[in-house]
Amino acid sequence: MTASLLTVEDLGTSGIQRILDLADHMAEVNRRPNPKVPALRGKTVCNVFFEDSTRTRLSFETAAKRLSADTMTFAVGQSSVNKGESLRDTIETIAAMGVDAFVVRHGSSGAPLLVDGWTTASVINAGDGWHAHPTQALLDAYTIRVALNRTAGFDGLRVAIVGDIKHSRVARSTATALTMLGADVTLVAPRTLLPPVIDLPSTEALDDLIGDIDVLYLLRMQQERMGEALVPSLREYTMRFGLTADRAARLAPHALVMHPGPMNRGVEITVDPAELPGAVITQQVTNGIAVRMAVLFDLLGGERSSMSDEKATT
Amino acid sequence: MAAGPETSTPPGAKQVLGPDDVRRAITRMAHEIIERNHGTDRVALIGIQLGGVWLAEALGEAIARIDTSPAAVPVGSVDASLYRDDIGLRPVSPAAVSDLRFDVNGITVVLVDDVLYTGRTVRAALDAIGDYGRPRAVQLAVLVDRGHRELPIRPDFVGKNLPTSSTESVSATVDGVVIS
Repeated sequence: MTASLLTVEDLGTSGIQRILDLADHMAEVNRRPNPKVPALRGKTVCNVFFEDSTRTRLSFETAAKRLSADTMTFAVGQSSVNKGESLRDTIETIAAMGVDAFVVRHGSSGAPLLVDGWTTASVINAGDGWHAHPTQALLDAYTIRVALNRTAGFDGLRVAIVGDIKHSRVARSTATALTMLGADVTLVAPRTLLPPVIDLPSTEALDDLIGDIDVLYLLRMQQERMGEALVPSLREYTMRFGLTADRAARLAPHALVMHPGPMNRGVEITVDPAELPGAVITQQVTNGIAVRMAVLFDLLGGERSSMSDEKATT
Repeated sequence: MAAGPETSTPPGAKQVLGPDDVRRAITRMAHEIIERNHGTDRVALIGIQLGGVWLAEALGEAIARIDTSPAAVPVGSVDASLYRDDIGLRPVSPAAVSDLRFDVNGITVVLVDDVLYTGRTVRAALDAIGDYGRPRAVQLAVLVDRGHRELPIRPDFVGKNLPTSSTESVSATVDGVVIS
């Protein structure tokens, strides 16, 4: 079976560093007038999204195209899934058409792992349930690395991740990746929105640490959680955990403000991010393409080694 | 051949050029580049990552010493690894990020590499440069031409022609040229 990317833990710290180094190359490609290289010519990447997404799907599609791979998009709404075809049959059908990588998003945690067991193609997890979203974590790490010029690692970097930690695959993957790179991550959330078991420090008092952090990472406050009575009201959430003008003024001058999108303006953030000097939310989107190019190239760009002419071609 | 300091040469390796030979070869190539292009106006040097970068910089310095025109010759670098035709045949990890801060449209580019062998790296670098623009002409400068070409590629400026067998490996640095 070929290599896949299911979680950031799979990559390990050295793997994360390798992807971030590669992303520097891809970012340079993206800055050119003609941002396209032939590196993955002849490869086919299929996006299989069982959940809605705009930025992740478009980002993967753009990344594949900039490496000259062919892309296919499987739209669940127009597919035989509606006739009752199982996930396994769907994947095996697409695989039979000749696909080198599946980019999978699914509402159920673990779906990409199942897919990985059914196909010899590479599988990239583009978000599964509450479990993991490794490419988001990598683009977050890359954005911090570039914005704060921390190429060697994140030793001593203080990060607060604020919001619905419990239901967030982004929080899980990003907290893990940043911790692996050496950052000190604190989770900030109402107790009802923390998972039962966590291995990181947590607090409910955002105001106690807001002046001491290098990165403020805001999560989307999912409206549907209100129905479950996990938060009394959005207004109360904003008062205690939102980035208000008051709190923005207390951030350190170099501190970054990040958000995985889509943003609920007026809930987790009430100031206009365009007016925050430390906001790197659009950079996260731009960097996402370079990081996903790095991931695709790392998985598809030639680990089938040792065929011939290994000798120093210089 | 002048024998350089033998200390850096591992057993079984043969030093064919010493540091002084390399320096003289670079100076001669710099003269040839100026002569061929009737000066250095609208000429730029682009080293191929990684091995060609030091040589491009050394050639740029040598040209600056010889040529009295006030504008320095721009020196850049290009990473060709995303353009190789053997991705999939061997592990590829891009060497170092391309650094081209000048416009290549309409200028004469002297592509620089340390060792010319199959020609595949040069082919990839030509494609890479084509994505930045359309140079008026591209010339090729290498410190060592070791033969065994697999593509119709020929250098314009050569430090040393070195007959080798394809089982040998050649390293060319500022400290000398070594076959092992």
